[in-house]
Amino acid sequence: MKKIIFYTNQFFGQIGGEDKAYTEPQFHNGPIGNANAFTDKLEDAEIIHTVICGDNYYVENMDKVKKFINDKLKNIEFDLFIAGPAFNAGRFGIACSDICSFIKKQYNIEAITGLYEENPAVEMYKKDIYILRVGKSAAGIRRAVPLMAEFANKLLRGDQLGSPSAEQYFAKGKRINIFREKNGAERAVDMLLKRLNNEPYETELEISVYEKVEPAKPLKDLKSAKIALCTSGGIVPFGNPDHIPAATAKIFKMYDISNLDALKEGEFESVHAGYDPVYANKDPNRVAPLDTLIKLKKEGIIGEVYTYLTTTTGNSTSVADATRMGKEIAEKFIEDGVDGVILTST
Amino acid sequence: MNLELRKIHIVDVVFSNENKIENNVLKLNKISLSELIKEDKRIKNVDFDIAKPGQSVRIFPVKDVIEPRAKLNGEIFPGVFKDHMDEAGSGITYVLDGCAVVTTGPIVGFQEGLIDMSGPAAEYSIFSKLLNIVMIITKEDYVDPHEHEETVRLAGIKLAKFIGEIGLMYDTYESVSYEWKSIGEKFGQYPGLPKVAYVYNCMSQGLLHDTYFYGRDTKHIVPSLITPLEVMDGAIVSGNCVSPGSKTTTYHHLNNAVIKELLKKHGKEINFMGIVLNPLMVTLKEKYRNCMLSVKSIEMLGAEGVIISQEGFGNPTTDLMIVCQSLENRGIKTVIITNEDAGIDGMSESLPDSVTEAKAIVSTGNSNATIMLPKMERVIGHLKDIEKTTGGNVDSIQEDGRLLVEIHGIMGSHNLQGNTYLSAETV
Repeated sequence: MKKIIFYTNQFFGQIGGEDKAYTEPQFHNGPIGNANAFTDKLEDAEIIHTVICGDNYYVENMDKVKKFINDKLKNIEFDLFIAGPAFNAGRFGIACSDICSFIKKQYNIEAITGLYEENPAVEMYKKDIYILRVGKSAAGIRRAVPLMAEFANKLLRGDQLGSPSAEQYFAKGKRINIFREKNGAERAVDMLLKRLNNEPYETELEISVYEKVEPAKPLKDLKSAKIALCTSGGIVPFGNPDHIPAATAKIFKMYDISNLDALKEGEFESVHAGYDPVYANKDPNRVAPLDTLIKLKKEGIIGEVYTYLTTTTGNSTSVADATRMGKEIAEKFIEDGVDGVILTST
Repeated sequence: MNLELRKIHIVDVVFSNENKIENNVLKLNKISLSELIKEDKRIKNVDFDIAKPGQSVRIFPVKDVIEPRAKLNGEIFPGVFKDHMDEAGSGITYVLDGCAVVTTGPIVGFQEGLIDMSGPAAEYSIFSKLLNIVMIITKEDYVDPHEHEETVRLAGIKLAKFIGEIGLMYDTYESVSYEWKSIGEKFGQYPGLPKVAYVYNCMSQGLLHDTYFYGRDTKHIVPSLITPLEVMDGAIVSGNCVSPGSKTTTYHHLNNAVIKELLKKHGKEINFMGIVLNPLMVTLKEKYRNCMLSVKSIEMLGAEGVIISQEGFGNPTTDLMIVCQSLENRGIKTVIITNEDAGIDGMSESLPDSVTEAKAIVSTGNSNATIMLPKMERVIGHLKDIEKTTGGNVDSIQEDGRLLVEIHGIMGSHNLQGNTYLSAETV
C-alpha cells in the first residue's frame, strides 16, 4: 500500500472560514476534511497524514510552516504528496504550490496540486511541480478530485505520462526532444497549407516575446533632481544581513546610505554568484557608484542622492520576478519623489 | 527547364582493383582515388575507409557529406573547378543513391561532427543510414586553416563527382523527371492554387561558416532567385562546418527536404513559384539589406505563403525573424523551420531573438539535450578532438569509452531544412 501525505487549509480542513485564516499548522493522522474525497479514488494507496494550515498564516510564515512540516515528515516514509485543490484562491494556491515545491525539492517525491489557470501560483510554481487544471471555484471539486486522484494513481504506478494537455496539467515549460512521424519539411508545408486554407494549426514552439522597455525621457533639470542608486549586482552591507540569495532572488532590499560618501571595502560586499566578486568587494562603488554620485552632488550637477541603495541579485532571476520587483521599486521611488535612477547591472 | 534524375540504388560499396558498378554494388579502386585526390599538392596524405549502416563504427570529426552525382554531357557542381560553367538544372543527372562521400581528418576548427553507424546516435543522423565512403585527409604542414578548409572541401566535391561519373556507364536506374517553368507560365497553369515560395537561408560568415553558389562565396552575393533544379545539380556547395547538428552539408543541399516537399505538392495543393537564396551575414546592416532584398523578391514572385529554412543559430535567428516579420507585415503567411537552444534541462527560452509574427514554427529539436553514446569498436578519424568541438567538452569521453555529447555534436541531427524527424515539445 502506497502512502500519501495530504495538505489542506482551514476551510477545507473544517476548522473555519476567514476568521481562522491565521490557524497555525496542525499535523493529523489519516485523512481530514476534503482529503476524504480522495480516499476511495486512490488505488492501492492511503492518506496517512493530513496537514492543515490557515492561509494567512502560511503566506506570512512560509519558512516556519515548511520547517514544521519538515520536522513532522522527517522520519515518515511516503510516496506522494497531494495539496488542495485550491482553485482560484490566491493565498491557498500559493500555500499548496509552495509546500508541494518544497516537498519535491527536499524529498524528491512527487507533490501535486490543482489550480485554476488564472491563479497566480500557476505561473510561479508550474515549472517545479505538476499542477492539475481545475475549475475556478470549489464548485469544481467534483471534477477536480477524480482528475487529481487519477493523476496520483498514474504517478504511483509509474505510468508513462501523456502530454500536458492529455493529462490536464500545466506544462512545466520544459522542452523535451521527441521524434515525430513526418520530417520537418513535410510538417512545415503541412502547417503552411493550413495557414493558407485558414484552418487551425498548432505551432511547435510558442515564441516568447520580451517586452521592450522604452528608455525614459531625459530629465529637464538635473541640478534639482533627486537621483536614486539601484543595482542588480548584489551589493549589500557586509555579512548580507537580509540573506539576499546569490541567485534567483525574489526579493530586493533598500539600505540607508544617507550618511555615506562611498561604499567602502569591508562595509559592503557582493553576494552575486554570477560574476567574479573580487573586484566589487575591493571597491563596491565599481558596481554601485555611490562615490561618483556624491561627487556630482557636491559639484552641484545633481540635486540630491536618494536616501537608500536599492539592491538585489540579478542572476537567473525569472522574467516574472524581475518584472514584479521592478514595479515595486518604481512605486516606492515615485512615492518618495525620486526623479532619476542610476541602474547598474553585472 | 527540364531535369531528369537517374537514381542508381547502391546496395554495397567495396574496394576493388577497378572503378565500376556491378549488380548495384559500387566498386572503388583505392589507388586511383588516392591519385585523384593527391593532385592537390596541399594534401600530404589521404586514406579511404568504408562505414556501413549497423556497424560498430564512429566517424569523427566529419567536415562535409556529399552525395555522388554526375551530369551526362555536363558538369556537376558547376563553377567549382572550371572557369566555364553551364547553368545547372537541366539535362540528365546521375545520382548514386544510398551512399555518400564523408570527409574527415585532423580538425579544422571547432565545428566538425560525429556520425555513428549504429546505436542511439544513428537514430539522429540520416548519414548513419548511408554506405559511407570515408576520406581521411591530412594536409601539408604549411597549409593554414582557411586553405585547410578549402582543400578538404574541394577534395570531397571532387571525389563525389568522380564516383558519380562511374554511374554514367550503368544502365539500371530509377528515373525521376522535373519540370520548372517560368513564373508567368506557372501562374497561368494553376491560377486556383495558393502561390508558395521558399526563403533558403545559408550561412555566409567566414571560415567554416560559408556557402558557395556556383563556386562563389555567398558573402559576395546579394539574395538571388534560384531554381530547385539547379540546387539538385550542385549549384550550392557547403563550405561551412557550423555546429554539426545544425549545419547544411552539401548532401543536404543536393537533397533539400523543403524543395522535395514543395515539388511534391506543386500543381496539386500549391503553386511553387520559386526560391530566394538568402546569405546570412554577420553585421546587422548586411542582415537588414539581405532580408529586405529577399522579401522584395518574394513579393515579386507573388507568393502568398513562404517556408523559411534556417542554418546555424544565435545571430542567424535575427535574419530569420526579420524575414518572417517583414513577410507577415505584407500579409504573406510564413512557416519557420528552426532548432532550439533550450538548455541541457530544456527549461531555458528556446530562441535568442523573437518577433510576435513568428506564430508558425516547426522545431527540429533542442540541440542542448545530451545523449550518452556507447563505445564503438572502430573509430575512423580522431575522437580526441571531440573535446574541442560543439556538443562536446573535456568530459565527453568517459573512462569506459562511452561518449557524452549534446545532440548538437551529431551530424545533421536537427537539420534546419527539416530533413529529420527530431522535434521538441513542452511538458
